Amino acid sequence: MGLIETSMTDVLKIENLHVAVEGKPILTGVNLTIRRGETHALMGPNGSGKSTLGYAIMGHPNYEVTDGAIWLNDENVLEMAANERARAGLFMAFQRPMSIPGVKLADFLRHATTNVRNPERKEGEELIPMREFRQEMKSKMQQLQMDLDFARRYVNDGFSGGEMKRAEILQLAMLQPKFAILDETDSGLDADAVRLASQSIAEIGGAEMGLLIITHHDKLLEHNPPDFAHVMLGGRIVETGGVDLAKELHSSGYDRIRKAYPDAAAIEQVMNEEETQVAS
Amino acid sequence: MGVTAVTDTAKFNASALDELIAKRQEPAWLVDLRRAAFETFCEKAMPSRKEEEWMRTDIRTFHLDKFDLPAELTEIPADLPSGLLTEGVDLGGRLVSYNSRTVSSELSEELKAQGVIFGSFSEVLASHPEIVRKHFAHAVDPHFDKFSAMHAAFFTTGQVLYVPRGVVVKKPLHALSLLGAGGVDLGHTLVILDEGAEATMLNETASIDESAPGLHCGAIELFVHPRARLRYINLQNWGHGVWHFAHQKGIVERDAHIQWTIGALGSKLSKVNQHVALAGVGAESEVNGVMFTEGRQHLSYHTLQHHEAPNCRSNFLYKTALQDRSRTVWRGMIKVDKDAQKTDGYQRNDNLLLTEHCRADSIPGLEIEADDVRCTHGATIGRVDEEQIFYAQCRGFTRKEAIRAIVIGFFQQVFDRIPVESVREALGKAIAVRVRDYE
Repeated sequence: MGLIETSMTDVLKIENLHVAVEGKPILTGVNLTIRRGETHALMGPNGSGKSTLGYAIMGHPNYEVTDGAIWLNDENVLEMAANERARAGLFMAFQRPMSIPGVKLADFLRHATTNVRNPERKEGEELIPMREFRQEMKSKMQQLQMDLDFARRYVNDGFSGGEMKRAEILQLAMLQPKFAILDETDSGLDADAVRLASQSIAEIGGAEMGLLIITHHDKLLEHNPPDFAHVMLGGRIVETGGVDLAKELHSSGYDRIRKAYPDAAAIEQVMNEEETQVAS
Repeated sequence: MGVTAVTDTAKFNASALDELIAKRQEPAWLVDLRRAAFETFCEKAMPSRKEEEWMRTDIRTFHLDKFDLPAELTEIPADLPSGLLTEGVDLGGRLVSYNSRTVSSELSEELKAQGVIFGSFSEVLASHPEIVRKHFAHAVDPHFDKFSAMHAAFFTTGQVLYVPRGVVVKKPLHALSLLGAGGVDLGHTLVILDEGAEATMLNETASIDESAPGLHCGAIELFVHPRARLRYINLQNWGHGVWHFAHQKGIVERDAHIQWTIGALGSKLSKVNQHVALAGVGAESEVNGVMFTEGRQHLSYHTLQHHEAPNCRSNFLYKTALQDRSRTVWRGMIKVDKDAQKTDGYQRNDNLLLTEHCRADSIPGLEIEADDVRCTHGATIGRVDEEQIFYAQCRGFTRKEAIRAIVIGFFQQVFDRIPVESVREALGKAIAVRVRDYE
């Protein structure tokens, strides 16, 4: 009863975020507040800007923030390089993670874990002792029902879609960020694999993180029921609800949303037309 | 043209050669060889870009008259560097030369007792003239071009390793050639493994001064007699002011095996011909190359896998990463003679461009006269992907750490083929230090 509660909770706050890619506006004023321990589902039709939000939060150089702010507690996230954001406790599980041939997953993760746990570490300083790291990684891999040989393979090199997603979850498990964006961690997986992924995220302590789950499916939310579900359309969040909203969108699609928010739907249409023109 | 040639080579002239010959008291066959090579040296003009061999390598700013013949050493600088390849390695022997003069020569008593010979060229020429005579200039042709001729006429030192029939040398032998500022190295390496012998040799070159001018004009000759197995590792780590011209050839006899690893990090400009001849039935070669260039370095490697006999295998992998405005040329050839049936030849060259203005030319080639062979080749040129860097940054890597990891990963395939741990580590470290933070 005498415990200090909410005042200590980490908060990720996105205010009126505008993002452009190659000069073209994609996000047109996103507002979103995530407290550590909450799970948020982010839904929306293709091209509505969901992944862009993820990349902007992580600091991809091609995603130019033209207005708005991102705060992690009282720290200005937009002033940080991508690696500083990772060290501050932000994480994104990539929809399509990059392969790094010749670099073993275990070595990559040892370096990553060292840097994230010691944000002040300078280049060239010692990494976490090998033995200590291996033990920890081994136990996490067992928990995730992963074969230990997996860590000896090169990062995402020749991985199947399912293996990539599991490797992302392993990294999430080791790095234990404050906030994690899961960008379509369920795409390309069969129903069993999605269930396993969903369960894994819960087991590795997803509940202690602030989760932003970008998904088309409700299966990933099975073991991680969202406290909030958001719908993105035309580059902004147009509606926020609970788990029922997620279920509705999953079963009925976005027609109701488009009708309810004609201005956002109009932006969506313009963006799609531009997309088509660029493609042709 | 003739006038230019004379001016250019002023100090490497007939009276200098006479003086050198008078001083060294060498056997007649070698004196004759020097004189014949000198004639070729005088006849041949400096190579120009009009020649196929040199069309991608511009040496118009190289002036031989800025260099002197290697002088007698009056003093040896204190604290000569010990090289990069031998950390934690228990060596069987060690040779050090400075500006083309031998400064120390050691061989373990155990190896001496087994009949192993390891020493400077002059030492071995004096003690075992017949071994030197049987092999010297039998692999590399002194008359190939101006540089091979200059080398044969004027060389003063080098290293010779001879391992007698059936002797297996476990401990690696190390030869280190050092250059001081403005120095000239005309080193000649001669490695002879008699039938069934085995050995590992680490050959390394470095400069005392990282940016001072220097000249290396050298030759490497490796003779791997039937059933012998040689692991030869050559790290070229000259300073960035050194001109490096080298002819290198290994002759691999029946059922013999060579593993030849090249690390090329240094020099201002390199023009190297690396040649492996599979001369006996069942011979095998594996050539590995690790190159990293920066600044305005230019490294040009012409390689040949020459299948002279049937049932031989040759495997070749060069990997190069380039930064700044550096440039590399690899021109590789698998040549299969008419009688070399059942040849299995492979060559591959991968290049990683780290900056916008570097350039890698990669030119594989096949020349096949036999009809029952398998030869494959490939070359790739790629860049570090910004998405890879971002991915690693999202895992807490700094940009520089990310690029380093990607570059080291690029080399991993060739590192995996290098059996000596100290060599893998030295190359990995040397490259990691060089990789810069690009925007």
